[in-house]
Amino acid sequence: MPNAVEIHWAWLIPALPALGAFANATIGKKLQDRLGKGAVHGIAVGAMVLSTAVAWAYFAVMLGTPAEDRYLHQTLWPAFAAGSLRVDLAFALDPLSMMMTLVVTNIATLIHVYSIGYMAEEPSYWRFFSYMNLFVFSMLLLVMGSNFVILFFGWEGVGLCSYLLISFWYTDLDKARAGMKAFVVNRFGDFAFIIGLFALMWGLGGSWTGQKSGGLSLRDGYAASAVYAPLHDGATAAEAEAMTPREHGIAVGPTLDFRELRAEILAPETGILTHLKTTTIFGLPLVAFVCILLFGGATGKSAQIPLYVWLPDAMAGPTPVSALIHAATMVTAGVYMVARLNFLFALSPAAMTVVAAVGTLTAIFAAAIGFFQVDIKKVLAYSTVSQLGYMFMGVGVGATWAGCYHLLTHAFFKACLFLGSGSVILACHHEQDMRKMGGLKDHTPITRWTYAVATLAISGFPVAAGFFSKDEILWKTFTTENLAAPWIGPVLWFVGLVAAAGTSFYMWRSYYLTFWSGSYRGGSGHGEHAHGGEEGMHEAHAPRESPVVMTGVLLALAAGAVLASVLGLPSAWGFTPILESFLEPVTSASRDLLHFSEPGRGLELFFMLVSVGVATAGWLVAAWLYKTGENPRPAAWLAKYAGLHRVVFNKFYVDEIYAATILRAAMWVKDVAFWFDVHVIDGLVNFVGVVVRFVANVDGAIDRYVVDGLVNLTAEAVLASGRGLRKLQTGRIENYLMTALAGALAFVAINYLVH
Amino acid sequence: MLHVGLAHFLAVGALLFALGAYCVTTRKNAVGILMGVELILNAANVNFVAFGHYSWGGIHGQVFALFVIVLAAAEAAVGLAIVLTLYRHYKTIDVTRAERLEG
Amino acid sequence: MPHLLTYAIFAPLAGSAAIVLLVLLRPLLRLPKEQVDSASRLFALVSSGLSFALTLLLWAQFDGARTGPQFVDHAVWIRGFNIEYFVGADGISIAMIILSGLISFIATIASMPWWVHDDPQHPHFSKRMVPGYLALLLLLQGAMLGVFCALDFFLFYVFWELMLLPMYFLIGIWGGPRKEYAAIKFFLYTLAGSVLMLLAVIGLYYGSRSIPGVPLALADGTPVQHTFNMLALAQLGQRGLFQTLTSLFGYRFDRVVWLALFIGFAIKIPMFPFHTWLPDAHVEAPTPISVILAGVLLKMGGYGILRVNFGILPEATRFFADMIAVFGTINIVYGAFVCLAQKDLKKLIAYSSVSHMGFVLLGMAAFTPQALSGAMLQMWTHGIVSAMLFLIVGVLYDRAHHREIEGFGGLAARVPEYTALMGLAFFASMGLPGLCGFVSEFMVFYGTFAVYQTLVIVSASAVIITASYYLWTIQRMFLGKLNEKYRDLADVNWRERLTLYPLGALSIFFGFYPQAVLDLVNGSLQQMSHVLRGAF
Repeated sequence: MPNAVEIHWAWLIPALPALGAFANATIGKKLQDRLGKGAVHGIAVGAMVLSTAVAWAYFAVMLGTPAEDRYLHQTLWPAFAAGSLRVDLAFALDPLSMMMTLVVTNIATLIHVYSIGYMAEEPSYWRFFSYMNLFVFSMLLLVMGSNFVILFFGWEGVGLCSYLLISFWYTDLDKARAGMKAFVVNRFGDFAFIIGLFALMWGLGGSWTGQKSGGLSLRDGYAASAVYAPLHDGATAAEAEAMTPREHGIAVGPTLDFRELRAEILAPETGILTHLKTTTIFGLPLVAFVCILLFGGATGKSAQIPLYVWLPDAMAGPTPVSALIHAATMVTAGVYMVARLNFLFALSPAAMTVVAAVGTLTAIFAAAIGFFQVDIKKVLAYSTVSQLGYMFMGVGVGATWAGCYHLLTHAFFKACLFLGSGSVILACHHEQDMRKMGGLKDHTPITRWTYAVATLAISGFPVAAGFFSKDEILWKTFTTENLAAPWIGPVLWFVGLVAAAGTSFYMWRSYYLTFWSGSYRGGSGHGEHAHGGEEGMHEAHAPRESPVVMTGVLLALAAGAVLASVLGLPSAWGFTPILESFLEPVTSASRDLLHFSEPGRGLELFFMLVSVGVATAGWLVAAWLYKTGENPRPAAWLAKYAGLHRVVFNKFYVDEIYAATILRAAMWVKDVAFWFDVHVIDGLVNFVGVVVRFVANVDGAIDRYVVDGLVNLTAEAVLASGRGLRKLQTGRIENYLMTALAGALAFVAINYLVH
Repeated sequence: MLHVGLAHFLAVGALLFALGAYCVTTRKNAVGILMGVELILNAANVNFVAFGHYSWGGIHGQVFALFVIVLAAAEAAVGLAIVLTLYRHYKTIDVTRAERLEG
Repeated sequence: MPHLLTYAIFAPLAGSAAIVLLVLLRPLLRLPKEQVDSASRLFALVSSGLSFALTLLLWAQFDGARTGPQFVDHAVWIRGFNIEYFVGADGISIAMIILSGLISFIATIASMPWWVHDDPQHPHFSKRMVPGYLALLLLLQGAMLGVFCALDFFLFYVFWELMLLPMYFLIGIWGGPRKEYAAIKFFLYTLAGSVLMLLAVIGLYYGSRSIPGVPLALADGTPVQHTFNMLALAQLGQRGLFQTLTSLFGYRFDRVVWLALFIGFAIKIPMFPFHTWLPDAHVEAPTPISVILAGVLLKMGGYGILRVNFGILPEATRFFADMIAVFGTINIVYGAFVCLAQKDLKKLIAYSSVSHMGFVLLGMAAFTPQALSGAMLQMWTHGIVSAMLFLIVGVLYDRAHHREIEGFGGLAARVPEYTALMGLAFFASMGLPGLCGFVSEFMVFYGTFAVYQTLVIVSASAVIITASYYLWTIQRMFLGKLNEKYRDLADVNWRERLTLYPLGALSIFFGFYPQAVLDLVNGSLQQMSHVLRGAF
């Protein structure tokens, strides 16, 4: 294992936002009341800026380290341990997490700054910034964690913040519901994720045959025995270390640490690779099982089929949230995770195929839904889902770096698009319906131009970064040999290409509907309460460009979207992609496992032309239909294909299907369970109570009538006999005498008879 | 030839006792009862004298008989006094009417 | 400091006695009622706080690497029956002792009245028959500590029963509208368990005898024929003595005894299908009693199973392990679904306890060190979180006088601090990483997956349900438009802050550093794992 560089201040990167969140959560309200909003965003943005500075500093440290040793590591404290399980609260910065950390901190800082303008009217300003900082903290845990548990800390933490921020305006119950939906849907993914994780650990540990034979079984000569071995008395970390089973000097057995996991899987002499490949669980190949479940977690977090349904609803949150969480950072966590575990996914062509195919399907499916959305944020949401599909396509076919590159470029252009949409929404007085916008190019020039640049980037024109990343993914998809069957790659490539055309179309559609298509159609929107009614109506409703804190950020992001091209200029053009070589220490893990065909540079260049061609086609169609706002065809087509439109517009009724199946099943089970509890178990308990009471009554009856009866009977008998005998006492001497005589006679007679 | 022996005396005694007992048990008149008692006592006297004569000789039987006669005299005196008091109290000497002590 | 445990147990008992004495002396001293009330509150706080401080001292002095009992007090009590006063703490009990000290103290604070929001229509329970209430509360606390500390089986049983009585009265007198029903249900359920346990205790006593390597003797060295000493019984059991005894009713001795003990403890946990006393008892009990009930009493079931069933009868435990795991899974999933159907907030939390205690059963059944430690940690974290949850429900109930989830709405706008605390508690209970519920669930699943894959998958699906019912509750109570009825609802007061903030802070602390507890328990539990897997 190459050397790791121990660092000491990496904890500052997540800790600063955490501190900011804590400060604003506790004293933010007071600060806001006493010192104004400046104090609140001062804390939040200050924390972000400092955190970003630390991240850049470590980036510098990393660049100063030889490529093979680029693993900056810091352990804070052991979080929990038992038996062979050891989990440290530890951070690791390798090139991949470094890239993610930089993306997160920088984009988040920009969006924080933007929020100063966007949220200026918000009374719960402090709450917003507290949540935002908390989110960044969680996201940084996610990308910086050196093991699965810390990753999962962040994974759930961002889910929580997503929940909090989506339902930020909680007095609107629909928004609250959207937050809950996001959290619960993500929980499905988390469920899959942890099961996959446990299965992986189980696989690494060999099997424990359980109570019957009372011990561990050794399989394949693989040292599984120590898996659940206890730490003996007085165990310390060093002792535990000494007791860790080793094969050829490499620690083996279940480990939650990414680096250790990678080391033991990649070294063939440990035998783990063979072991994993040959192990089955529930009759399925273990690696495929694990990877597909882990990817199941990613489908939740990164909004892929079948769990994407929460993301469009998540647009209920404030727009900076949509930009930060639901476009640039959190939703890419799944991609990050798959990229992080590229060496594991590479072991299973089946899992790779699932990842790539789901990604591709999602890309086209979401693009199709995006065609007809009228809410500008919904368009962007589906576009995000679609772009995430591309990323999964990339990591799924084995082009880890291309997936990550698309992640990076997407962070810029999608953040730019979302923030642009936020700017538009603000200009239109909280109106999100594109049919009520139009003509904004004159009112909001900066927003318009930055939006245009970002749209160029997303739709794949070779002036901006989006083209290079998407094209690399498509090319790798075409040439991949890592999927279950060789024909799958080209098919996915074709679908991806179609989706690219669609992307171009709906993004330009949104651009034209918003900024062109005649003059401003805006009504009052929902803006009255925000602006008050004192100003003149006309003035109040004319769209205005946003303040400079917002437009400045838009410009920065647009610039980023263009300049990020530098990182990945294609090798077909004779460059060496900078990001590819930077990520090499991470992707090298699966280098020997993954293969791509080499059809030649000419074909690659031709495919680039094709990409540009379809993007242009999409653009032209959108321009033709929507630029003037006078083309009657869209409306006519809508009328003609109303049924189809309704199905697509309503997202193929997936939400309704889920509601009718899973939700209803859960509700039914809940009712049954409670009914069971009340009527069967409690019924049983009460029945036992009734039986006991019945027995008690019988018992009482026996007591009263039998036992007491006997006692009373004795008394009664004595009384009755007394009453009877009393009759004999007549007081008449003659009676007595007669009796005495009769007795005497009887005595004589008996005496006589006896003798 | 009729030989008067002990059995004859005993039979007379028994007859007297039976008559006396009959008198005591059936009479309601207190004086009648007293008379019945006299009969019984005399039946005992007859037996005493008879057994005294036939069994041991001597005068034991006669002495007992005399003793009984004296006792009977005393008894009759007390008994008649009671009867008198009874009469004063109830204006009758029918013993069945004097039943206040009955249980 | 010698006799630390004894002091910790008897501090509350002494406080209880002092209060009783004060009440008895009241006519003599001619004290007004208010002064007696205040004095008994003071006594309660001091003695409970002292006990808590002593348990903290235990934490500081406990050596987690040793597996035997520490802080031992050992003396002959009733010589004729070989009964001893034997208390001590090892890794199995130390966490529970500290938890018990903590929760008791919190419950005592929560029993203090608050003078600001007093509603003459619904006088607070803490103002009725104060000395009686506090004396019973302290008695309960001493008995609970005693249960966890006792190493003599008879002493254990005595404390166990001693705990039932005050509980019965505390629910039955100071409880809610259906308090009699709840109190009697609680009493009968646990009494049924106790009876089985008593039989088992006697059975074990007469089954025990000296065997080579395990001589039986009293504290002063007198050799004896039978013993109540749990450690000696554990050694006998681990050497297989109880498997060889004459069978009972045609079944093996150790299995019959095991089952009797297990049912006794399972009622306390409470395990499906013995759980229905819990919702009723919780709903009717006053807040501090609910806190103790959920925070400590339920743990006695888990602790008893570990200490007695697992410790003394490992062979029978192996035989029944699958059953425990299945019931644990049922608890988890079934409890979660029933939660989803609840309309009463307190009942919801009570059922969530059923669900969460299922993790304890599931983890214990797996025997792996991770799962055992996870089960222990789950008891610890559940103690903290459920205590906080019940306190939080109490806050609302004190103000609104009902707990219907649907009866609120939009409260977040009115009581933000309360909402934040409730959110914290809910998310901690939900097992969100970074809060304490997560690590224990993770460890249980991790350790159990090696043995019961299917059951883990089934149980883990409950994380979805758990999230659903908590979030749904938050949504119905706090989000949306403010219910105008609660326009003047007061936010948490200082007494409530005193109880809620420490627990909230602890739930975050143990989310990131659960090792603090694991350090105490790992040694003993790993040894137990060894024993259970038949590898000693």
